[in-house]
Amino acid sequence: MGAKKYTKDHEWISVDGDIGVVGISDHAKDALGDLVYLDLPEKGKVVSKGDEFAVVESVKAASEIYAPASGEIVEVNESLADEMDNLGNDEGKGWIVKIKLSDASEIDNLLDEAAYQNYLND
Amino acid sequence: MQKTPLHESHLKAKAKMGEFAGYDMPLFYEGGVMEEHLWTRTKAGVFDVSHMGQIILEGPEAMALLHTITPSSFVKTPPMMAKYTVLTNKDGGIIDDLIVTKITDTKFFAVINAGCKEKDISWIDENLPDSVEMKRLDDRGLIALQGPAAEKVLHEVLYLDILQLKYMRMVQIDDLYISRLGYTGEDGFEISLPAEHAPTFWERLCEHGDVQPIGLAARDSLRLEMGYCLYGHDIDDTTSPVEADLAWVIGKDADEFIGSKRILDELENGASRKRVGVMLTDKGVAREGAKILSSEGYEIGVLTSGGFSPSLQKSIGQGYVPPLYAEEGTEVLLEVRGRQIKAEISKLPFLPAKVKTATSKKAG
Repeated sequence: MGAKKYTKDHEWISVDGDIGVVGISDHAKDALGDLVYLDLPEKGKVVSKGDEFAVVESVKAASEIYAPASGEIVEVNESLADEMDNLGNDEGKGWIVKIKLSDASEIDNLLDEAAYQNYLND
Repeated sequence: MQKTPLHESHLKAKAKMGEFAGYDMPLFYEGGVMEEHLWTRTKAGVFDVSHMGQIILEGPEAMALLHTITPSSFVKTPPMMAKYTVLTNKDGGIIDDLIVTKITDTKFFAVINAGCKEKDISWIDENLPDSVEMKRLDDRGLIALQGPAAEKVLHEVLYLDILQLKYMRMVQIDDLYISRLGYTGEDGFEISLPAEHAPTFWERLCEHGDVQPIGLAARDSLRLEMGYCLYGHDIDDTTSPVEADLAWVIGKDADEFIGSKRILDELENGASRKRVGVMLTDKGVAREGAKILSSEGYEIGVLTSGGFSPSLQKSIGQGYVPPLYAEEGTEVLLEVRGRQIKAEISKLPFLPAKVKTATSKKAG
């Protein structure tokens, strides 16, 4: 697995070969508050970088999750629907989808861990 | 952005602030919406509602004015009794919903929505008889204390004699106007007081172990569970009180009020749509704007409010549908992001109100 890279919308992606594992950061999860529903995509869906592919519903509001890179969704973590608390940085439990990347270079300009932390602190 | 007299107290309590009706208001505090909601249902929550407008209408024809601008009757209303009602426009739509308290036959106290303040006041001014004076109480704050422990708290913290105060009644103690009513379905009080005293009053309440401050987000989920209307969402300039299922505010002999033509006609012949409760029977959350479809998939209406109910742990909402679909238990679908979620028409309120009375109908 590669190191996590982050978007400014608080998604993370970690790349292994041509597969990108995607989740949201602990910061995003905490900001959402009490989670009540997760609207997950269908396997096989093709997304472009920046597309909304899932929605987290909290008591407060609905928050979109955007694809950090383009490709086909090849796996969906269905277990999250009942265990939404697992969302977050923990890649083993908290991943949302795996995307077969169509252009792995798209993640080059995402934020690395240090840059993301700086972004949060700004 | 405008600030209420309690703005500093919210910042001190580390509230997440946000804009509402031109005011910088607390949306939630450190515990979050879910905890605040459940706290209010089990203990007592204190809410800053100082952004709302407070006015006095006083003069020989004050009651006649209210019989013109609202469909309600205040003739038999005893002194110091509050009523929920609506201001109606010429087309029978709702300009605002409000609580009017009869102090005497010639003096009334009204609390109007923050976002409607200027509109309401100029509308009332247009209809104001020469003998009636309208006074804005912009120098007063408004604090709501809601929940099963509210009575105990108010008694213990402020030694106020409110144990005998009945639902929808007001008492004046020194410069406090204390009304036993609210927007949560719980027993509780709204206390109008001079702005300069509001922070001390607020902090004393918050020091009580059964009290937590509650933000606007939980205020919204609490009122949604009770099926209360949020102005600008569930009711507006186009919805009539009959459509909004608020026909109970219309006085028995009401006839010459503004908008009466449409409203009385709908009262007699029925309206083309009705406000109903909707409960999701499948997973998901449907919010304002979600289309309501018949079980065959035809669009029949739209949700005007919606969200997750912390008490029921289910998603609920309200919206307008034709009478044919308004019956409790009717299966419908809600369209959320292109997906159809199963739901059914539900009675309102979603939870039984626990206000302090056996005879009351509904709170405002």
